Amino acid sequence: MAQDPNACAGGCVKADVKSEQLPTIEKAPTGIQGLDEITYGGLPKGRPTLLCGSAGCGKTLFSMTFLYNGAVQFDEPGVFIAFEEQPGDLIKNVGSLSYDVERLIAEKKLAIDHVHIERNEIEESGDYDLEGLFIRLGFAIDSIGAKRVVIDTIETLFGGLDNPAILRAELRRLFEWLKEKGVTAIITGERGDGTLTRHGLEEYVSDCVILLDNRVVDQLATRRMRIVKYRGSAHGTNEYPFIIDEEGITVMPITSTGLSHDASTERITSGIADLDAMLEGKGFYRGSSILISGMAGSGKSTTSAHFADAACRRGERCIYFAMEESPTQIIRNMRAIGLDLQRWVDKGLLKFSAKRPSLFGLETHLASMHRDVELFDPSSVVVDPISALLGAGVTGDVQSMILRLVDFLKARAITAFFTNLTHGKTENATTDIAISSLMDAWLLLYNRESNGEHNRELYLLKARGIAHSNQVREFLITSEGIKLRDVYVGPEGVLTGSARIQQEAKEAAERLLRDQDATRRAREIERRRRQIAAQIEVLQAQLAGEEEEAGMLEGEATAREQRLAKDRAQLALNRSASRQDNQEKGR
Amino acid sequence: MVAPTEGYNLRLYVAGQTPKSVAAIANLQKICETHLPGRYNITIIDLMKDPALAQRDQIVAIPTLIRHLPEPLKRIIGDLSNAEKVLVGLDIAPT
Repeated sequence: MAQDPNACAGGCVKADVKSEQLPTIEKAPTGIQGLDEITYGGLPKGRPTLLCGSAGCGKTLFSMTFLYNGAVQFDEPGVFIAFEEQPGDLIKNVGSLSYDVERLIAEKKLAIDHVHIERNEIEESGDYDLEGLFIRLGFAIDSIGAKRVVIDTIETLFGGLDNPAILRAELRRLFEWLKEKGVTAIITGERGDGTLTRHGLEEYVSDCVILLDNRVVDQLATRRMRIVKYRGSAHGTNEYPFIIDEEGITVMPITSTGLSHDASTERITSGIADLDAMLEGKGFYRGSSILISGMAGSGKSTTSAHFADAACRRGERCIYFAMEESPTQIIRNMRAIGLDLQRWVDKGLLKFSAKRPSLFGLETHLASMHRDVELFDPSSVVVDPISALLGAGVTGDVQSMILRLVDFLKARAITAFFTNLTHGKTENATTDIAISSLMDAWLLLYNRESNGEHNRELYLLKARGIAHSNQVREFLITSEGIKLRDVYVGPEGVLTGSARIQQEAKEAAERLLRDQDATRRAREIERRRRQIAAQIEVLQAQLAGEEEEAGMLEGEATAREQRLAKDRAQLALNRSASRQDNQEKGR
Repeated sequence: MVAPTEGYNLRLYVAGQTPKSVAAIANLQKICETHLPGRYNITIIDLMKDPALAQRDQIVAIPTLIRHLPEPLKRIIGDLSNAEKVLVGLDIAPT
């Protein structure tokens, strides 16, 4: 199959064939973060690209960035033909992106030519062409050896000149001429009604068409970019959000992330020793996504801060995306529970990125978070709270955005801690944004009311790959940070807070009572033992006395026996003498 | 309206010897001879030879005729084949 590229018309192995055997088109990198990824290398080199979009969507900045990066990063000088803006204004406008255009002009790496056309200053008489424009462009290109050209916005010509037939012919000639010159060009065009450009420039520039868009949904604007076509090259086909800020332009190819990330077996502490103990004593897996959900005031931010603190203690970087509090407020509040986050900020380990969700649209949020992560390269990230993003879009969008964020962080093996504010019932095992299934671990924080007080409880609902504790713990925020206590579970039910303390006191009293009882009984036994021993002694003494008496009696008996025997013998002796007498008498 | 008393200072920008350029030069000379005899001065600038002037003088279309004097500056583009429009463009009342 590889020998015959036509054999596989369906495109099954075409991509391989193309990249290995057939010449691919050369590309000119734009240096715009993200764009070079989705175009697989940049704009078609030596060909014109049409950049279209409605007013204010960033065409001019986009083009200027292309030239600026070309001159600074790729040693390709560029020419900017401006139909709409004066060079001075242009330089000032891009100065906001910290582009030092004046220096580049002085170094002959950039040339700006402003073409001024005013219809009411011009009278037309007979046939003409736009050779003047060609000459200017050619002169500008040759004077600095330009490899890149931007024409912004050539459609102004249609407003300035009367004869559209001539204009169209000349535009066609211009784009051919640019190709012959071998310059990589961007032609910008204003978006028309139902067409890409108002005057159909897409008919002439057909190698690559990029559409910029600044859409407003629910009063929130999001810039998006789409590559409409790219002849001779694969390209990302989705709409990609992009942001323009002081760092320049960043395009986010975020939908391209997949599920191919590596799973780490390394365990990292959650920053709360008692919580680690619930996780086999080792904490979470590195690179996992952890959701912590709970009602207002259940301690989500505090838990997050512990996590961030633990990351910084390991000497790792962490970004804290705060959606509802300012960094100083968080630092102050955490100081109250013995966490000094300021020192990590000072050391450059902790970065706060505090932005209101309503500041801009979801995609822009995501894009700016991406950028922060790319620039700071943290090992851990806290998003507090992720539910705040609901205010920045509809639920489905928020979910897909968070999905992409989770994927992105996982792909970079960043451990992420998301907090989610829940409403209503305390034990709410669903999240408003239905993201719990994306998470590797899920901590639930309850705030339960009993006996006239609210007590915090923590439950580890899931922790993938970890034999975690199934116990509800009482969650205490002390001046030394978070402590987890075993809740009282017994015949009285599950008790927390003062009820638990009361129960514990009761039990302690009972225990004391039991202890006292035991000692008393031990003493009793001891006393009786001694009593019995004493009795035994008495009896033994008695026995000894009796034995002595018995011995005495026996001695007496023996003595008497002997005496008797002796007496008898004497008697016998006496008798035998007398018997002789008797025998004599009796005969 | 007071007719301009000073002479006309005209510049014609062309690019090489194209048919349009040649036609424009011829048409301009004819118009000036007819309507401004002795009161005009034509400079022909070939941008092929001096391309930097195209930027300086804001030339886009070729041929371009610029009236420098009398003030204000006037521009006419095309091969000047429509004499009426040239006269309007140069503010010359047809005689």
